[in-house]
Amino acid sequence: MKINFEHLQAAHCENGVTTNLLKSAGANKLTEPLSFGIGSGIFFVHIPFLKINKGPAIAFRTMPGLIFKRTCKSLNIPVVRKKFSSKEQAEKVLEECLEAGHAVGCQVGVYYLTYFPKEYRFHFNAHNLIVYGREDDRYLISDPVMENVTTLSKYELERVRFAKGALAPRGQLYYPKGNTLVTDDQMRSAIRHGIKKSVNDMLNIPFNIAGVKGIAGTGKKIKKWRDQLGQQKAGLYLAQLVRMQEEIGTGGGGFRYIYGAFLQEAHAYHHNDELLEISKIFTQSGDLWRTAAVQAAGIYKGRIGSQQDFNTMGDYLIEISEIEKKAFQALGQIKWQ
Amino acid sequence: MIYQNPSILGCLYFRNFQFLKTRIMKKEEIPQDDGALNKLTKEVVYAIDNTGKYTTELSTGWDVKINALDVAWKDIEERVAAAKQKVLNKEASPILYFMELRLMDIPIVAAYTGFWKWTIKQHIKPTVFDKLPERKLQQYASAFNVSIADLKTMTVHED
Repeated sequence: MKINFEHLQAAHCENGVTTNLLKSAGANKLTEPLSFGIGSGIFFVHIPFLKINKGPAIAFRTMPGLIFKRTCKSLNIPVVRKKFSSKEQAEKVLEECLEAGHAVGCQVGVYYLTYFPKEYRFHFNAHNLIVYGREDDRYLISDPVMENVTTLSKYELERVRFAKGALAPRGQLYYPKGNTLVTDDQMRSAIRHGIKKSVNDMLNIPFNIAGVKGIAGTGKKIKKWRDQLGQQKAGLYLAQLVRMQEEIGTGGGGFRYIYGAFLQEAHAYHHNDELLEISKIFTQSGDLWRTAAVQAAGIYKGRIGSQQDFNTMGDYLIEISEIEKKAFQALGQIKWQ
Repeated sequence: MIYQNPSILGCLYFRNFQFLKTRIMKKEEIPQDDGALNKLTKEVVYAIDNTGKYTTELSTGWDVKINALDVAWKDIEERVAAAKQKVLNKEASPILYFMELRLMDIPIVAAYTGFWKWTIKQHIKPTVFDKLPERKLQQYASAFNVSIADLKTMTVHED
């Protein structure tokens, strides 16, 4: 069985799954930047004390799963979401969904994802893909970060659906229930809500671990890394920062370019010229994130590495924090018609 | 005050062509370096076209992040080698070696084997490991995707 489904490549897996699944459920005007913005995907958080792969726990986006959840909620699309304790049950429900003609989003772990190159297979459990059918023993897979569709055997799919560790997927699957056409009015209000939520996330979370204060906080920490951790480990930490910022899925500049694109697309719905101006600030911010990444690369490649170089790196982040603060404040002050 | 102008700082500390290449993310300036992911797929990146409008483009990779991934893997290789040495010196059991080799940490091993974290810490001691019954060894062997014999001898068959 094979469900009629259009595979579209996206920068980020969850944006892609959201866009592709909802498009088939009636929200045909949705694009990747719109899903990302409506789902309030943009964020920054540096969780203290927690380590991921022996490096700092830094993210440039919201918690996995939230983009899909918020987008569906804003657009008023009901969602079915299930987790399983038994592998047999998980497979049975997947089969039933496919029989009923639903393409299904699955949360999976990357470590055993056979089609990924070995270099990318870490124990990361919040990857998303779409199963859109089965031919004999192989499930048809649309992984939004890939140019083309692929397949997985029953065993391979079961293994990634039941990967273990932090954020274990526990066979989680989800799909939009029913088929409702989304109107332009709904899109407008969803965009407004998405922006408001992001403004709140980035400006109003106390302490310097999240939002624009978090970016500056990380900048200040980076200046101390050389003394605290030593050259090599500090380099590793910076490499981790750059990977979170630029690795598959961010569209470049730690999702800041996607957000810039979102504001431009939002302009088509709201005709508010401030959106275009603020979009430019996000481009500027994305550029500066990438400039910072180049500086970080100099450090972890060992080409530079004095305290002065770490200060420069930290100052980049502090400047980014200022830029984004202005951008989000401007977004917060928009008068919606 | 100086950091308010990044382009000046950049020139001071980064007299490098790549810096100029990445300063403004224009469509035609998207880096196309050869990354590991390139074996599988190109990735989507967002950039500005000549009219200032956002558009997407496919990229084969960017040196800056390719190096970041290399750094992470170099560190993993060093940790695996250090773990192997520890096992050979009888300071740790092969569980430590396979844990590093499979990029796991103790919580992940705990999730896959069902053992408690402090139990695993005990099992990492060679004297305790030597007395483990077959049944418990099998739990580790399945988690690491190896046979019990290979687990004991630290033998890896590339899959």
